[in-house]
Amino acid sequence: MAMSHQKATSTAPDHGDVRIRAASLSDLAAVVEVDAADTGIAKPAYWKSRFEWYVGRRPDRFFLVAERQQEMLGFIVGEVRAWEFGSPPSGWIFAIGVSPEARLHGLGTMLFDAICVRFRKAGVSEVRTMLAKDDRLIMSFFRSLGMMAGPFIQLEKRLEP
Amino acid sequence: MRVQVATRLALFAVFQLAADPRRQLASAEIASRFGISVNHLSKVLRILGRAGLVEALRGAGGGYRFKGNPRRVTLLDVIELFEPVGSGGAEGDQEGTTPEGRALHRVFEEIDDIARATLSSISLVTALKLVDEEQRPAPDRVAPVRARDPRSSRGTSIARR
Repeated sequence: MAMSHQKATSTAPDHGDVRIRAASLSDLAAVVEVDAADTGIAKPAYWKSRFEWYVGRRPDRFFLVAERQQEMLGFIVGEVRAWEFGSPPSGWIFAIGVSPEARLHGLGTMLFDAICVRFRKAGVSEVRTMLAKDDRLIMSFFRSLGMMAGPFIQLEKRLEP
Repeated sequence: MRVQVATRLALFAVFQLAADPRRQLASAEIASRFGISVNHLSKVLRILGRAGLVEALRGAGGGYRFKGNPRRVTLLDVIELFEPVGSGGAEGDQEGTTPEGRALHRVFEEIDDIARATLSSISLVTALKLVDEEQRPAPDRVAPVRARDPRSSRGTSIARR
């Protein structure tokens, strides 16, 4: 699944009174808005299906939001996956987004750290994600958090009509 | 990936200087840290100076100081001052004129793309975190992820896609 191309930048955390909590259905509109601000496309139906899949359903799926004074500022989504491509259970992050006004204050880092804590509690010791290799900003963000190339490589092929 | 000697010296010098942009270091200090020739390093520092990454400070106690933004300058920015990254294949191998050459070119280009994506996503700040990690005692270090042979996951069903 494609990573939401947020303009995340690693900076010194400035958490203030931000708190990270599990998302609830009432966050759907704000998540759609943050994602649309980033990607330029509002995808309410898509995010509704992701909420159904990730919110409150299973202990190994995580949809977290960062909020300050009831304002949703960012989100991160991931889950524990096991034995895909022969890999033992590991944490997968498939989307992260931070409101444009809230960037450069370490929120992306805070969300990443929070989901990693949950992955650890779920019993996994590795976290993975997949990125567009030409998206320097998001790639730099994850690298600044210590992520490096893992043991897998993505291959694809165009299907002939 | 192998880089030329001058490129390696430039990266070493930039790491030293960017670690504390307020500090100025004589080329002899940097050279002795890495056991390299002062003359060779001086040439490298001049190129870094012309690129605006370091500045030379004259007079007693003079030396060099980092001048760029270590959060923005990437390994690729430094390397490309000294050599191209991703030349698309070997020189003079008739690339583009024969099917064999074009096929090889596609493979080399894939490798080059990954190299460029990697180097352009690692800022000096991120690289310096790796340096710090290497300075820590081995048990504190984050273990590098090693390629795993899926066949070694005994007693599990391996889902492949």
